[in-house]
Formats: sequence, C-alpha cells, structure tokens
Amino acid sequence: MTTSTAANQSCYHCGLEVPQHSDFSLVIKGIRRAMCCPGCAAVAATIFENGLQQFYKFRSAPSTQVVSSSAFEAQENPYANWDLSEIQQDYISETDQRLLSIRLYIGNITCAACTWLIEQHLGKLPGIDRIAINGTTRRGEIIWTPETISLSEILQAIKQIGYDPSPINHDSSLSPATNESRKLLLRLGVAGLAMMQTGMVAIALYAGSFQGMQAEWQNLLRLISVLFVTPVVFYSAQPFFISAWRSLKMRHLVMDVPVALAITLAYSASLWATLRGGGEVYFDSITMFSFFLLLGRFAEQRIRDKNLLLLNRGTLLPPVATQVFLQEDFPQTKADLQVPIKTLSAGDFIRVNAGQIIPCDGLIKEGVSQVSEALLTGESRALTKQAGEPVYGGTVNGANPLLIEVGATGEASCLSSIVKLAERAALDKPHWAMLADRLAGYFIAALLIVAGAVATYWWLHEPQRALWITLSVLVVTCPCALSLATPAALTVASNLLRARGFLINRMHVLETLAAIDHVVFDKTGTLTEGDLKRVSVKISDTSHDISEQQIIVWAASLERGSQHPIALALHDSNGSGSATAIAVSEQRFVTGSGVSGKIGAEMFYLGRPAWVRDMAGLPEISGSGPSEGPNQSIEVGLARSGEWLATIYFADQLRPTALAAINQLRQLGLKVSLLSGDPSPGAAQIIKPLGLSDCQLSLQPEQKLAAVRDLQQRGKRVLMVGDGINDVPVLQAADVSVALGRASDLSQIHADVTLLSGDLRALPEAIATATQTRRIIKQNISWAIAYNLVALPLAAAGYVPPWAAAIGMSGSSLLVMVNALRLATRATKLLGWKRSNGSRLMQSL
Amino acid sequence: MQSLYLLIPISLIFIAVAIRIFFWAVNSGQYDDLDSEGERILFDQEDSLDDLINEQKDDLDKPL
Repeated sequence: MTTSTAANQSCYHCGLEVPQHSDFSLVIKGIRRAMCCPGCAAVAATIFENGLQQFYKFRSAPSTQVVSSSAFEAQENPYANWDLSEIQQDYISETDQRLLSIRLYIGNITCAACTWLIEQHLGKLPGIDRIAINGTTRRGEIIWTPETISLSEILQAIKQIGYDPSPINHDSSLSPATNESRKLLLRLGVAGLAMMQTGMVAIALYAGSFQGMQAEWQNLLRLISVLFVTPVVFYSAQPFFISAWRSLKMRHLVMDVPVALAITLAYSASLWATLRGGGEVYFDSITMFSFFLLLGRFAEQRIRDKNLLLLNRGTLLPPVATQVFLQEDFPQTKADLQVPIKTLSAGDFIRVNAGQIIPCDGLIKEGVSQVSEALLTGESRALTKQAGEPVYGGTVNGANPLLIEVGATGEASCLSSIVKLAERAALDKPHWAMLADRLAGYFIAALLIVAGAVATYWWLHEPQRALWITLSVLVVTCPCALSLATPAALTVASNLLRARGFLINRMHVLETLAAIDHVVFDKTGTLTEGDLKRVSVKISDTSHDISEQQIIVWAASLERGSQHPIALALHDSNGSGSATAIAVSEQRFVTGSGVSGKIGAEMFYLGRPAWVRDMAGLPEISGSGPSEGPNQSIEVGLARSGEWLATIYFADQLRPTALAAINQLRQLGLKVSLLSGDPSPGAAQIIKPLGLSDCQLSLQPEQKLAAVRDLQQRGKRVLMVGDGINDVPVLQAADVSVALGRASDLSQIHADVTLLSGDLRALPEAIATATQTRRIIKQNISWAIAYNLVALPLAAAGYVPPWAAAIGMSGSSLLVMVNALRLATRATKLLGWKRSNGSRLMQSL
Repeated sequence: MQSLYLLIPISLIFIAVAIRIFFWAVNSGQYDDLDSEGERILFDQEDSLDDLINEQKDDLDKPL
C-alpha cells in the first residue's frame, strides 16, 4: 500500500503516471504492480489469468491506457448489437466450410507483441478457426464457427485485453489497395531479377564486342536476353503501356507516353537485330529502365496505401437504433426493438438513451435533455432540448432518454448537407498538381516533336543510323530523372513527417505547404484539449475536515451513469469512478441544473450553485461571483441537506504544445489567426496566453468559409487546422487543411493532412520540411533539365550510342534519388534543433 | 565453351524456380506485414523455453 501510492509511479500496463491517492494496484505472482486505473488493472489481470504475461516482456511500446472498466463489469455485452443479422450482412462473409469470416480494425495496437497477445488470447476461445492479424495495418481477419461462439463474444474478448475492435464494412476500399501493391511488387521483382540476368549477359556481350566473339555465341547470349526481357516488357512494364494508352485516348500527355514509346522501340529494334543476326541490342537498358521506373512507382504506392490504411478504421458502433412502436393511446408503448438505422423511415419513433448518438434528424416527442451539437456547430456546451424541438443526426444526447420522431435519414439529413457543402468547396480548390501535370504534358509533347524531327533528319541523311539515334534521343531525354525528381523527395519527406504523426493524404500538400503564409486555427479542440477538466476544489470552511478525495468520490458517484461533460470530467479525476464509487439511491438528473441523490441516509445535491443552495435549503450568499474561482471556469456546487460542502471548478485547457507551436510558426514568418465557432466568451480567455492578435469568435461555418476566401483573395496561402464536422467546408477551401487525430471521421477524410499525434509542434516542423523539400525538388529538376539540355544535342547529332544514353539516364536518376535521401539526414538535424527549441519554450511557459 | 549449352539452361531453371517462389510468397501475403512477423518467432521460442524451465523445476521438485 505504501509503495503503490507513492508519487511518480508508472502504470504497469500503460506506462502513464499513477494518479496520487489512488490504488488500483494488482498483486501478480506475489509482486505488487502499480496500475493507473481500474481499466488497466482489469486488462492486466485478464492477460495474467490466461498465462500471456510474456506480452509485458516483449512489447516494444507501452500499451494504450484503458481507463474505463465498464466493458468488464457490465452484465450485458456492449457489442450485443453486432449479433443482429441485418447488421452482420454488411460485414460478414461465409467461407466454404460454413464458417463465418470478418475483417476488423483493432485500435490500440502499438507493437508486434500486441498481435501475438490478441492471437493467443482469441486462439484459446472455443469455435475460433483462424486469426490473422497484421500489426502494421492494425487489421485482422477472424474466421469462426457461428454455432459455438457469437461475434459479440469475440469482440468482447478482444476488448477484455485492452484493444478496440471495429468491424470493417465489405465495401471499404482496403482490399483493392492491397492487391494493387502486391501486383506492383510482383512486377518490380520480375523486373529486378531480369535486370540482374540481362546485366550479366550484357557484360559478356560488351566484352565480346570489344575483344571479338563468334556469331554463334553472340546469338545465343542475345536469345537468352530475349527470354529475360520479354516478361519485363509484357508483364512488368504493363502499367506504363496501359497508362500511356489511356492518356492518348484522353488527349493528355503524361510521362508514360515517351516511356512506353522508348520501351517499344528499343525492344522491337533489339529483337529485330537478334533475329536478323546483326546490329545492336539494348536489352540491358530496357530492363534497367523499367526497374528504376517501377521502383519509383512502388515507393509512391506504398505511401498511399499506408496512409489509406491508417485512415480507414471500420465502424465503431453498430448502426442500430431502438425503435419504439406506439399504440393508439400515445404515449403507451409496445416492446422496443433494436433495428438497423437503414430500415428507419420518416414518421417512425426511436428512443435515444443518455450518452447515445442521435442517428437521424427528427423532432423530440417526449423528454428533456442536454444535447451536444459540437459535431455540427462546434459549440462545446450542450443545449437544453425539450419536446417539440428538432434534433440532428450525429449529435449526442447528454442527460436523459429521449423519444424522437424520425424526420429525415441518410441523404436528406443535416449531416449529409454539410458533407455536400464540403464537396462543393472542394471543386474550387486551387490545384497546383494539375498545373504541374499540364506543364509536364507540354514538355513531353515538345520531347516527342524533337524526337520526330531528329528521326526524319537522320532518315533522310543516313537511314541505317536513324532508328538508333532516335532511340538515344528518347532514352537520353527520358523524363525518368525528371519524373523521379519530385516523387523521390516527396516520399522521403512524407515518411519523415509520418513518424511525427503528420499524415499526408494528398500528394500536393508538401508542395503547397512550402508556400503557406497564413495559419488559421479553429479553437474547439485544436488549440484546446476540447474536454472539461477539473481545475480545483474549494472546500467550504464549515466542512474543512472532509478531504478533497472524499468530495470527488461523492460528486462522481452522484454523476454516475451520466455522459454530461462535467460528469465525464469527474469520472476522469476519480480514475473512472467505478472502483471507488459509492452506491447512490434516488438519483435524479434535473436538466440544466444538476443532480440529486441519496448516499447512505443523506440527500446530496450537485450542480449549478444557485440550484444547489435552493435545494439544500441554504440561504443565498451575496457576492459569490465567478471571480472566486480560477479564470474562465465553470462552477459546480456540492451540498448535503443543510450543509454546503464544496465548490468544484472545471475548465477547458490549452493543449500543452499550443504555445510552442504558435511561437515557432511566428519564427517562420507566418501569420497566425483564429476563427472559432464557439460563442462562449470563455474561448477568448483560455487562448489569451497565446497572444493571438487576430481572433474571430462565434462564426457560422459559412462565415469561416468567407473569411478564408477573403484571405485567399488577398493573395494569401492559407493553412487551416480544424476538427469538427462543421469545419469540413472551410477545411476544403483552405490551400492545405489539417484535421486533428481525434477529429470526426468525416473531417479526417476531407482534410489534406491528419495530425495523429495531436502535437501541434508538428505544424512548424512540417512547414520547415516542406521548404527543404521544395529546395531539393528544385535542385533535382534543374539537374534533370540541365542534363537533358546537354545530352539532347549530343544524342541528336549521333554522338551518344543507346548504351551510353541508358547509363547516363540511370546515373542521372540515381543522383536524383541520392539527393532526395539527403533530405532525411538534413531534416532530422533541423527537427532536432526545433524540438529542443520547443522544449525550452515549454519550460518558459 | 560448349558447356554454356548446359549451364545456361540450368541457370534458367534456377531463375524460374526463384520467380515461382517469389510469386508464391507475395501472393500468400508474406510481404504484407514486414514489421510484426519478424518478431513473432521470438514469442514462440520463449514460450517453449518457459515450458522447459518449468519442466526442469518440476523435475527438481520431485523427490529423488
């Protein structure tokens, strides 16, 4: 006991600091292990009970904190709704042996040991046929016998060891991406093997052409080369031909056109020379050329896949609602039924319990509750809604059960219209990438014209040399280095940034980031944590013998079962409450005021101070304004019959990295401003330490959009950081948009960047890296163009044989790659400096 | 030099086998997750080691 409550101990399971005055520790094999919360304790106990303790020995990253232990205490399975057959048909497929299979996204996987733990734990359950979990993508497939075990039991088993399973819908974009990258890997592998073989043969052939070689052996070696090169041309290089053909059909030239042309020409000419038994062959150049190009493609594809996988996370909650069947004499009810949301239609009645998400737009028929519309309006405070008032899909019912008449679902709902607004905004987005494409198109057209002119000239003067000289021109001027110049640098930079939790979803981001000169923050949840936290407790003078811990336990027990922001903050500070909570009877929530309940034989009141005084029969105290508490906090009173106990203060707080990030952005010469949808005056107070000069509060989504447009019209390039669904339109309109990792799925999909770590200091780092990247890209492109300018006249004049052209081309590509890799080492140095600078700023805070 | 007629076909067979194995490996998903598979072997080995130690302990506990 004495050791387990000592300060600065870290949780055995998640590694976070154990809160003081808490004791959830667990005796495992005679050793007392500190635990930070009942959730972690329950998970660790399950792991040890199942003999899987090796997990703790082998994991290479700490596990995620579990916090709530509700999944272990609840009598009913929280995943029970997944057993509804209408829901399952979108997620489950049947295998040949009448087994069922499902794909899951498993949250909280941090290292390879996690996959081992899950596989071992599930493997012990009866009825599980096969488990395959991919730790990198956090995805797994489970195959089971439906007669022995149900899906909800499997999901609960995963939850019990501290992971969050969420089923993946059939039509999610996952599997085609995997297939594509596998195919590309096969093509690359074939090209690589063939390149080595033809390279070996080519050495013999070159040696032969210098020292003399019998025609018999030369022909044999050439035929062998044909054997290796043919699959490269017809299999590995296929994507170039397909893309070239598509681009010709669409009358828009891409790099693949000259690539396909060069491969076709070189292959057919070499093949002709081999069959005729004379002339020159350049099989080695063809394979090398294809291999390097495929390598670039493969790197690009991998980045895209990785980002896609990190974003697509399956369905957390089964899309069900509780439908209520009303009889003639309203409001008497028949049995309630869980139904999938997609079967609901206007006019149906549904019940939404406290803490549930309202699944569709509608009118309240019965009940009064606090509804949080943060997802739609960005307003953090819940609104009081009563019978006759409208509610919107995607909002959260905070306090009491509501009976709702369904108004609009799916396409017609408020949520969908916000999505549509976002799609419209996406159309007028400045597309730098498209501009680059058009320029490349002109470049390639010019290249083909030059090659054509060279071919005609030599055909008229020296027809026997025309083909090889044209080929040299095509290979030498091949935009290989040029086409590698940008993706190579972008690949290195985005890998670097991903390691910092800065996940790039669109390729144009790095190019545009370098040009950014204005950063716009959205207050809710970006600069602040977005949740209320308990700031302090002021115990009344009359009850100074009661400990702060006791006050919190009482308050948390009273709020038990509520999802109100204050209740959540209390549960948090009480280590999720359940372990130390005291039984409360006659618990009653009064919307907009507070909660009352009996603990033991005494009546307790918690809520708005005036209401609490009123209920507890205490006289009004004059002059007890909000000035008593810390700045901009929400005051909540606790009293028992006739005695005022304490005042508890809650407030939203700045993210710890916000100040450092904003100062670094200013150092980079950027303007920083704030456009908030939050109408509360508290917003302005909380962000005061940041010293932002340009703040606009209480903005509607349209006004935010207009503000960003206005900046853009004044020639600014805008980076927008947001998180709510109401931010989606403005995220789309900004030149670069960043959604925070905790943001709604919708805004994550529509943002250019997802900041998974939530560390705002990644923003200045990303901008610095982008500037570096742009410099490297410029160097690469200038090199590629300079090389082409020198090589083209030489090749056109017939001084460069195709083999020299191929070596020059490969060397030039290699140089470009090496230059791009330089970015990694340089940026690490730069970021290292930035980070230490950042921590200094943090200390001064 | 005549040996080339034998050696080259042999090398061709090797390449064909290599490509075959490569296709099999990629298509059976062995390149899908390069990070966790490498560590998996460690757990299994440790598992049997633990068993071994326990068995030895059991042996020691037994009366001679």
